[in-house]
Amino acid sequence: MSIFALSVSDLSKKYGQQQALSHATFEVSFGTVCGFVGPNGSGKTTTMRMLLGLITPTGGNAHVLGEPISHPERYLDRVGAMIEGPAFYPALSGAENLRFLATLGGLATSQIPELLERVGLGERAESKYKTYSLGMKQRLGIAAALLPNPQLLLLDEPTNGLDPAGIQEIRELLRSLADDGTTVFLSSHLLSEIEMISDSLVMLRKGEVVFAGKTQELLLQQQPTILAKSADPKDLPRLLEIAHQAGHEGSVIGEVAHILGPTEWAGTLNRLAFDSGIILIQLEPMLPTLEETFFEMTGEI
Amino acid sequence: MIRVFLAESRKLRRPGLFVGTMAAVIGVSALVTSLLFLLIDSARGNGRAGELVTRASLELPQGISVGFSGSAGLLGLVALCVFASQTAQEYSYGTLRNLLVRQPRRLTLLLGKFLAMNLFALLSVIFSAIVSVSLAYALSGKAKVSTAAWSTSDARISLIHTFINVFISVIAYGTIGMILGLLLRSPISSISIGVGWLLVVESIIAATVKNSGKWMPGQLMNSIASGGDFNASYSHAITVLFAYLVVGVTLVSVLFRRRDVAN
Repeated sequence: MSIFALSVSDLSKKYGQQQALSHATFEVSFGTVCGFVGPNGSGKTTTMRMLLGLITPTGGNAHVLGEPISHPERYLDRVGAMIEGPAFYPALSGAENLRFLATLGGLATSQIPELLERVGLGERAESKYKTYSLGMKQRLGIAAALLPNPQLLLLDEPTNGLDPAGIQEIRELLRSLADDGTTVFLSSHLLSEIEMISDSLVMLRKGEVVFAGKTQELLLQQQPTILAKSADPKDLPRLLEIAHQAGHEGSVIGEVAHILGPTEWAGTLNRLAFDSGIILIQLEPMLPTLEETFFEMTGEI
Repeated sequence: MIRVFLAESRKLRRPGLFVGTMAAVIGVSALVTSLLFLLIDSARGNGRAGELVTRASLELPQGISVGFSGSAGLLGLVALCVFASQTAQEYSYGTLRNLLVRQPRRLTLLLGKFLAMNLFALLSVIFSAIVSVSLAYALSGKAKVSTAAWSTSDARISLIHTFINVFISVIAYGTIGMILGLLLRSPISSISIGVGWLLVVESIIAATVKNSGKWMPGQLMNSIASGGDFNASYSHAITVLFAYLVVGVTLVSVLFRRRDVAN
């Protein structure tokens, strides 16, 4: 049996002359949460659709739960998915929509009330889908994805339209599912959420994988920044000059100097500043956030 | 396949769709049968396309099912709309991706949906038969039509034949709707093109090109419902229509199986 829930190798998809995905290669281990990030149009949804057998790749291959994506019938009964937002029949209630999908998939309908409670839709279970707010539709989409008690969850922007409390609930739900052994592969534009929840990360840019690995490894690869604030703001240009002479570039943003350098160099900077008569009232080494890293790696700024 | 059938039936029996469609079926059947009996002495005709159905022909054993078979074309249009909308809406709502995640065998999905819609069509034909025959009895007195021959075994056999023919005709209309829904992926486009072709375009062609009705699907479906008529014999209508449907179904099945689901 494969040790990976998802194993993607050289996967490509071309629509006419448009290369939607180019030679993507990555793996996702069982029982982990993997963030799938990239700017709009970078190929995230195309990849997810290929993993679900909805579209056919033009090159490469992939395995889901150890089975090739050319035979989705071998693994989809163990997969839950929500792709490109929730899609249900507007004239049916939330519960009816789930009963429809459960019947189609040969799944127990008795679990539906509990599932709806779990995603916070218990009180509106019998309301028609067309009366739901965007956040409620999103919750129903997540409930539908959980119907088969999946080994693998593929979620495309699951927190879209949710309020902050809802986002936190879904984050906790996904984390608890992963702790129970479910593999979660999710795309989101909320990079802070991805950073908080994911063990690993796949980053796409213009259809190509620019990073695939552990989230912490990615952040540690990035150049940390030392934030320094002097007692007299007029000293900041002189502080930048001292850093420059020591081989570290920086800039002043507001009344704070941002100097690129390893965390351990902060002490040296403090001593050099003191020797030059500059009193530092704040000295804070900082790792870049996933958002900053994303912007840098995808060239989105 | 049974799971797809049961799931689709669950969707089709929702009150808005089921009650609304069956009300339309009952209304259409009642209208056609009422006109047949109430306008029996009208010089402008009382049957399909201004045809005159005489008192003498209604008094035959086959007379019991004339109103029912006359409703077939309109029942067919109702079936076309239901089959087309129930198929195409999977694309317009984006629900097809959910369906294919839970049932990745695409042809099984298609066949299960088709069978469920056939059951829906069968129920509509049963409702239509009940309403048409009941109204025929109810209005026979007012129209001074003797019903003595309607209780013979010939009449029962005629009614069964008519029922089968109307059902075949309605399923053919529905299949055309499903083909259009799969090709066009939009309920409005598939219904408007289907109804427009069958009601308008075919009528114009049939009126302007001699013998063209023998090759027009809508005309052929009506011929089948009547058990063969002035337009085409029953065997010709069945053969040609079956050939059309096989080509259409094969085409859309291949397309549905291979086409990327990208919406």
